[in-house]
Amino acid sequence: MTAIIGRKIGMTQIFDESGRQIPVTVIEAGPCPVVQRKTVESDGYDAVQLGFIEQKPQRLSKAARTRFEKAEVKPQRVLREFRCEAASELKAGDEVNAAAFKEITHVDITGTTKGRGFQGVVKRHNFGGGRASHGGKSVLRRGGSIGMCTFPGRVFKNTKMPGQMGNVRVTTQNLKIVQVREEDNAILVKGSVPGPNGSVVLVRKALKKG
Amino acid sequence: MPEFAVGDAVKVHVRIQEGNNVRTQIFSGTVIARDGHGATETFTVRRISYGEGVEKVFPIHAPAVEKIEVERQGSVRRAKLYYARALKGKKAKIT
Repeated sequence: MTAIIGRKIGMTQIFDESGRQIPVTVIEAGPCPVVQRKTVESDGYDAVQLGFIEQKPQRLSKAARTRFEKAEVKPQRVLREFRCEAASELKAGDEVNAAAFKEITHVDITGTTKGRGFQGVVKRHNFGGGRASHGGKSVLRRGGSIGMCTFPGRVFKNTKMPGQMGNVRVTTQNLKIVQVREEDNAILVKGSVPGPNGSVVLVRKALKKG
Repeated sequence: MPEFAVGDAVKVHVRIQEGNNVRTQIFSGTVIARDGHGATETFTVRRISYGEGVEKVFPIHAPAVEKIEVERQGSVRRAKLYYARALKGKKAKIT
């Protein structure tokens, strides 16, 4: 298992050896203490629960606080679980940090996209809208017809219509790791990552690459 | 990174790779703009080449920009000298 909780810092650019400019997103990854190790025997599946960002103990309920005390880690604000192999040697109290990604070339990053509210069909689904001239003034950003006539006599499911856009959990796959800075616990990936700056993201080894 | 400002006459040493050869080209002109900040900052150099205005935008931190020599400091009152594009000859001169 190679996974970590991180925080999106923002985008910038760096130059590679040949002098080409690369757009990168900086992710502050970890350090993440293992709060709980779930196993097949006790929980029915194998997973590690990681924590991220320290929290003051008085901000937590006693139940939550006790969990951290038992695992002998400092209270954490964010808790996320990652599936792992049964053979994984991680145990409660261990720490995962950016160095775990040193040997990895590509990652999948999960985050919550920026919420854009209730949006029309032009912005939400890239519809063309209506005509700007020839008297099209009432149909400029409308979606047009949403179906047929007596047959089928209904609107099909999943028809693209206006509605809430953004604020959904999205995974961007196969982002290339450009640099891992252990001293800053930072990972630099090429390209963009879902969510606003400062949001919590989950970084996992790419499912489909390397 | 040398200090230079908008209005300065500069010589920019640019590393150019041609096949296996690496050589340095000098682009000299007037800085007419500095844009952005931090790692993404760029600057624009304008010169008149064979009677034609030529502008180049360089990222300040690009490894290809080896050196920036300040030939002469200019005194200007604006952060962007885009008005210089419309001027020719003596009027385009920056003191």
